[in-house]
Amino acid sequence: MAPMGENVKIAIRATKDFFSGLIFIFFGVLVVLVARNYPMGSAVSMGPGYFPTLLGGVLTLLGFIIAARALWVSGEEVKSLALRPLVFVLGANLAFAIMVRSLGLVLATLALVFVSSLGGWEFRLREVTVLALALMALSVGLFVHGLGLPFNVWPQ
Amino acid sequence: MTDLLNNLILGFSVALTPMNLLYCFIGASLGTLIGVLPGIGPIGTIAMLLPATFALPPVSALIMLAGIYYGAQYGGSTTAILVNLPGESSSVVTCLDGYAMARQGRAGPALAIAALGSLFAGCVGTLLIVLFGPPLAELALKFAAPEYTSLMILGLVCAAVLAHGSLINAFGMVILGLLLGLVGTDVYSGMARFTFGIWALNDGIGFVVVAMGLFGFAEIISSLEQKEKRELFTSKVAGLWPTRADLKASWGAIMRGTAVGSILGLVPGSGPIICSFASYTVEKRLAKEPGRFGKGAIEGVAGPESANNAAAQTTFIPMLTLGIPGTATMALMLGALMIHGIPPGPQVMTQHPELFWGLIASMWLGNLILVLLNLPLIGIWVRVLTIPYRFLYPAILLFSCVGIYSLSNNSLDVILAALFGLLGYLFIKLGCEPAPLLLGFILGPLMEQNLRRALLISRGDPTIFLTRAMSLAFLLLAALMLFLMIAPTVRRRREEVLHE
Repeated sequence: MAPMGENVKIAIRATKDFFSGLIFIFFGVLVVLVARNYPMGSAVSMGPGYFPTLLGGVLTLLGFIIAARALWVSGEEVKSLALRPLVFVLGANLAFAIMVRSLGLVLATLALVFVSSLGGWEFRLREVTVLALALMALSVGLFVHGLGLPFNVWPQ
Repeated sequence: MTDLLNNLILGFSVALTPMNLLYCFIGASLGTLIGVLPGIGPIGTIAMLLPATFALPPVSALIMLAGIYYGAQYGGSTTAILVNLPGESSSVVTCLDGYAMARQGRAGPALAIAALGSLFAGCVGTLLIVLFGPPLAELALKFAAPEYTSLMILGLVCAAVLAHGSLINAFGMVILGLLLGLVGTDVYSGMARFTFGIWALNDGIGFVVVAMGLFGFAEIISSLEQKEKRELFTSKVAGLWPTRADLKASWGAIMRGTAVGSILGLVPGSGPIICSFASYTVEKRLAKEPGRFGKGAIEGVAGPESANNAAAQTTFIPMLTLGIPGTATMALMLGALMIHGIPPGPQVMTQHPELFWGLIASMWLGNLILVLLNLPLIGIWVRVLTIPYRFLYPAILLFSCVGIYSLSNNSLDVILAALFGLLGYLFIKLGCEPAPLLLGFILGPLMEQNLRRALLISRGDPTIFLTRAMSLAFLLLAALMLFLMIAPTVRRRREEVLHE
């Protein structure tokens, strides 16, 4: 990955470590900030804020060390993200989550199969349609009739 | 001794009931299936099927879930030998010599030795649980909060030390996991923490949600990233039986692999992958002509395959006797116990003997079933391998989503799992192994409780961890592990072993 912008003087040598450091800093700082709303207590009787603040602080510190070290120790570079599978696989999950309660298992299953299939390398409409119908029959048969899970089958 | 016999009789009487035998068979078959298929592992599968086990008695549920785990070690070798792809991450090393053997037309003996070695190792590993389980549990009954806290620290340090990638990143993952485990209502004060006002988070984030996202979904995305190429080298496996020379060459490797795997399996954070690497290194060191390795040396199949299966059994020891999981899969098994209302810990063995001994007896049966499934029925699995991944992953996704949703009939869980999938994929890209995170996630609340209790006992004096003998021993062990990793020579060796 190229240095970000023209006026960035320091080149990031190990982008993998740099970004993992940033993720740790993000979560560490978030935890410490949120935990300020919880009573700290003392070591003898720890409040709900004590342990999280301690861990959040350590995580932030580790994050800084990892990110800072990435500036002068050379390491591996991040390869670009595969956006296509990422978007469609997670999109299929979200579609299922949003649809399953109100629109029912049948439509949610169809949506999940079609959306997730778009994440692959090849999308053949006929194949995917057959797969979607087969999985739809299976999920209604197995989950609703077989295992008796409380799903809405059709839109409410 | 008679105690042991009685316990084993109890175990077999539980495991041999038709229902439990059926679940053992289902678990072993499913394990082989997902072991054979690349792109889905035991962690994702166990998480996916956990909700389906709610209706089962706890023994049957654990028997099936355990079967999935050790069955995957058998199935993984089939893909490694025939397709040169690790069906399971623990069979990466088997690709080297196993595939070379297949190219020489000796796929049959390679498969047979892998299965027979695994059977031997599985039986020995299970015997070790029988022998060491009860005394360890007895010892653990004497543990109080300080010992538990130190033991968990030791476990997490081991998990970080043995993870791939840099040590400091692995520690970051452990701590992030501990923090995620704290989401939800604090047991002491009743205060909701890190819930961001979302009601459903008051009970915490479900571990199925985290495991499914980090392992299941992230694995699918990352498999889709690599172009699919699965060339079966041999569609028909002829002549399964190894020659006498093969057997002579392998039996030593099988013994050594079993020993390496059994011991390393006990170390928290190690698991089957590291064991198979370690065994391969041992075999190569000991060989008279190390040059044969990578060109179809049967020891290179026999050793690692025995090691990973031995480890798959012995990793159960800390989980069952101490209530502390050593690997991410064991963390899930522990979660399965909790879902079924059994508080994990040393008392499981005394309060639920039918569960403990039934599970162990089922492991022997399961290993036998697996040899039958994997050798005479090899043709079925070869055919399974020809199913393209583009048909499989939408089905896997569907089963996962249904499983997650039915945990509490809440769409939020599915959305959260998708978020963890994103996080898991980013971590794969950044070279951070997610297993320590899951371990930390399960141990987070336990550790906080024990830490608070320990400091309450000592009136806030932290030296309580150093003045109690067992606690001190655990902390010293943890310090030793850390010291060894930072020492430059060992560090280089670690990198060698992990990257070879």
